[in-house]
Order: sequence, then C-alpha cells, then structure tokens
Amino acid sequence: MNALKVLRDLFKTNVEFAIGAVLVGIVVVFALLSFVSPYPPLDVYLVAPDVPPGWPHVFGTTSRGQDVFWLLTYAIRNTLLFGIAVALMSRVVSLVVGLLSGYKGGWVDRVLMSINDTFIVIPLLPILVLFFFVMRDRMTSGWLAVTMALLGWAYDARLIRSVAMSLRHREFTRTSVFSGMTTREILQREHLPYVLPIVFSTTLNNMNWSIGLEVTLSVLGFTDINTPSIGGMMYWANQHTAMVAGIWWWIAFPVLAVMMVFIGLYLLAVSINEYIDPRSRLSRIGAGA
Amino acid sequence: MSGFALYALRRLGQFVLVVLVGIHIAYAITHATPIDPVEQSIAAVTQYGNTSPEAIALMRVSLRELYGVSGDPLQQYLAFWRRIASADFGPSLSAFPTPVSTLIARALPWTVGLLLTSTLLAWALGNLLGGYAGYHRDNRALKAMAAVAMGLHPVPYYIVAFVLLVVFGYLWPVLPISGGSAMITGVSSGWSHAASIVQHSILPAASLVLLGVGSWFLGMRSLVSNVITEDYVTYAELGGVARRRILHSYVMRNALVPQVTGLAMSLGTIFNGAIITEQVFGYPGVGSLLVSAVYAGDYGLVLGVTTISIIGVSAAVLLIDLAYPLLDPRVQHR
Repeated sequence: MNALKVLRDLFKTNVEFAIGAVLVGIVVVFALLSFVSPYPPLDVYLVAPDVPPGWPHVFGTTSRGQDVFWLLTYAIRNTLLFGIAVALMSRVVSLVVGLLSGYKGGWVDRVLMSINDTFIVIPLLPILVLFFFVMRDRMTSGWLAVTMALLGWAYDARLIRSVAMSLRHREFTRTSVFSGMTTREILQREHLPYVLPIVFSTTLNNMNWSIGLEVTLSVLGFTDINTPSIGGMMYWANQHTAMVAGIWWWIAFPVLAVMMVFIGLYLLAVSINEYIDPRSRLSRIGAGA
Repeated sequence: MSGFALYALRRLGQFVLVVLVGIHIAYAITHATPIDPVEQSIAAVTQYGNTSPEAIALMRVSLRELYGVSGDPLQQYLAFWRRIASADFGPSLSAFPTPVSTLIARALPWTVGLLLTSTLLAWALGNLLGGYAGYHRDNRALKAMAAVAMGLHPVPYYIVAFVLLVVFGYLWPVLPISGGSAMITGVSSGWSHAASIVQHSILPAASLVLLGVGSWFLGMRSLVSNVITEDYVTYAELGGVARRRILHSYVMRNALVPQVTGLAMSLGTIFNGAIITEQVFGYPGVGSLLVSAVYAGDYGLVLGVTTISIIGVSAAVLLIDLAYPLLDPRVQHR
C-alpha cells in the first residue's frame, strides 16, 4: 500500500516520472493488444501488401502482407518480455556479487570487483555476434537472453555494492552478526530490503540495455528473425528496401514504438533514482542543496 | 615501490584479466556449444551454387586443421592460444586467400580514427556544456539542452544512425551516406582524398557524437551541481574569486575526475556503437568487416575481429587508466 502511495505522489509531483509512466503505459497496453490480434503472428501474406496507413489497416501493411499494427503488438510484447527476462536473470548475479562484495570487503571484494570491472569493459557486441555465428539456425531469444544475462550484470553489481558497503558498519548488521546469523541470512534478510529500491531502478536500466542490444542484433539479422520483434520488423523492412520503395510506415512505427520504450523506461529509472537519493529530492522542492 | 608504479602494475593486471576473460568467453562460445563452427562455415559457403562432395570433404579437413577443432580438448585449447598469440587467424574464407590479419589491419585505422575523433569530441563537448548547465542552473538554453539529452540518451545507436541516414540519404541528400572515401581515379592530390575522407566521416561521427554527448552532459551536470555545494566553492565565492575561474579551475577540474573513469568504463559500449554505425553507413572499419564476415560464414574473420576488439578496447582502457594520475594526483600517494 505504501509503495502505491509513493508512486502516486511521484506521478503528481515529478514530470519525468509522469511522462515515463505514460509512455511505458501506452507501450504495455499495446503489447497486451497482441492477445486479441485477428492475425497469427508468424504467418505472412495474410492481407494485401504495401497498403498505406488507413482503415482497416491503421498502420498500413508490410510488403510481406502483414498488418503493421497487429504485428507491432506482438513485436513489442516479445521485445518487452525479452528485456524483462534478461533483467530478472542478471539481477540474481548482480545481487549476489554486489551484496557479497560490499558486505565482505577485503580480498573477496577485490577479487569480485576485478572480475566485475572486466565484464564492464569487454565489448559485448562482437561476442554476441560470435555467439550468433556459432548458433545460426538454432539461435533462439531464450538462449540470447541467458547469454546476455550472464554478460550484463556487472554495472549494476557495482551500484549495489556501493549501497551494501554503507550497510556493513550499521548497528543492525553488527547485531545480526552477534546473534549468530550466517552471511547468507544477513544478506538475504537484512541487507536485501535496503538495496531493493536501487535494484528496481537498475532493472529498468538493464531492460533498456538488453532491448537496445537485441534490437541492434535483430536489425542485422543476428537473432531468430522469424519470431516477431521490433528489430526483426526493421530487419525485414530493410530486406525489402522499404525506405527506397516508399513503404515508410513499415519502419517508422517500429522506430517510434522502440523510442517510446527507451525514453519511457529511462525516465522512470532516472526519476526513481532521484527519489531514492533524498538530496536531489530536497533540491527539487527547493529546500536548500 | 612508488605509488604510481603500484597503481600502474595493478592496472596492468586488470588489463591482462580483461583479455584473458574475454578470450575465454570467445573460446567457450566457439568450443563448448554443441554446434560445430566448421559445419556452419561449410553450410554458409555452400549455400549458393553447387560444390562437389569431394571438395566439401576436402574443405572440412582443411578447415578443421585451420580452426584448431581437431584433436583432443587440450590440443584445441593450446592451438587456440597459439593462434591468438601469433595474431594468425588463417586465411579469410570470404576474401580467400588474404590472411584475416591483413583484412583487420586494413580496417583498423578507419575504426580507430572514427572512434578517437567522435569519442573525444563527444566527451569534451558533453563535459563543457554539462559543466555550464550544472553551474548556471537557470539558463533556458542549457535547460532545453538537458531535456534533449535526456530524450536522446537512451536511444540505441542503430536508431540514431538510421534516422540520420534517412534524413541525409532521402530527404536532404547533401552528405555522402556510405563508404569511407570517394573512389578517386587518375591523378589527384592528397588533399582532395583527405577532404573526401573527412566528408565521408561526418555522418557516422555525427551519430556517435550525438549519442555520446548526452550521457557526458547529464553526468557532468549532476557532478557539478554536487560540487558547487562544497565548502571550498562557497569560500572561493566569498573570497571574490572570479566566477569563471571558480567554474573552470575549481569546480569542473574536480568533477572531471569521475568522468575520466566513466570514459574508461564505457569504452566497450562506445565500441559496440561504432560497430553498428559503421555497418549502417558502410564505413570500411572492423564493424563492417565483422558483419560481412558473419554473412559470408567466415569463421576465422569473426573470431579475429572479436579477439582484436577485446584486446583493443582493454588496451585503450589501460591507456586512460595510466593517464588518470595526471588528473588525480592522489593516486600517487595512496
């Protein structure tokens, strides 16, 4: 109930949060519409090709005889689900690494952070391209999600660690240690609740990151391009040289949709971050620094 | 041991770790997955046209040797490292018989040039403007810029490059949208070639700068607005130090330190962006090379580009790290 109230207050007082929430809301509703789509997502040449936007094909149709509006609902749903899957899986790794590193300190911290920084620096795109090269036809979004989750946890682990480090010397941590709790219990029951808000905002950022990479890979044709996704739609549009042929709606609507996703998630993450950090909240109200 | 030597040694260790981990990931992907890269290459090569079964069998044997996927796991592992250590990834399949290393060496200067200019430009511009925006919080133009940066920042590289391509390719065709330089036939001066290179790099560089500037701008703005609340800034203001001097020498100088670390940490991401940008604009760098290698089923080239990217990016990070003590002298006394 408390969290709901916070969200309502944020919506009223924070413009960025309101815009982000509206954008993400529109996108989610759009994705939900896929459940009532009159067309099956994988079939092609269902409707007349290359029809410009109008009634009954609101966003027009593709050169492959698909309705852009309904195809886009599937594409957004898959893309969002992909982002959520990667974010949830990578949260596990970054939570374990971040909490452990922050709580233990010393050589555990040094070793974990060395590995962590390694994963931050490595250029992931060539590695993912190599992954596609090896997998080829067996590439599925599930495998891609697992791989990206295994590679994309490091940045957030560092953030979580910085919060966990401040918890280490707090009174309640010492009490838990003296009452005989194991490291695992302390991290799970005592520290986890404190880092949850920041985990939430990193989840949104991580979704943006993974969706961005997924769109990029699919535009190049380096994913399972037959399952509808936003990048996949752009891939097929490029294959049919939609821009040259003047079928602009095939490209414009997916681009518009993905921009809404990115800007929406980003604004949500930024404003929630700002809410977590009370200093910036004060400056918003105008009460000093 | 002096502070700097210890620091440098530690950074060097981190560099070695990055290269080791990166190359092991590449090894794991190519060797631990149940899919045989040799069969993949053969399938890709024989996809068009017909190749006789004898030729395919011959190709299989030579590819197995070439890619080091023959023999027991230990032999494979050692062969993998031997190839990387000698920078020899065999001949390219798609540009046979040019060695992969020659192809990469040809493409590398383009990528390095594009990345260096656009990253430095974006970083300098973003930090300067962000610094002003953090100091002059009420400036309308800077506020508008922050809003634009916020909207642009989360958009992926591909989209921005693509939008630029559409605008300058179809709507307002004034700039070359593909290639690295114009084909120059006959006698021409070096200057016109250089001018053509610059002209061709404008769009790819612009899309990289456009995306890069936003995050440096936002980062610097929040850093500066934190720094100006420090006591020493208030003291300097009370002491009558010129505001310009406070901003440049006291505030931005200190806020720049985390931004240098940020630059080192985001190099990998920037490199990812450059790959995409090159592909969109047909720029003859390693990004285009990588993508066309995948389409052509050229395993040696894909592996070569991946390895070089890992080493190149971590070497660049090492350079930034080694230059860091120049900006933050505290490192030497730790």
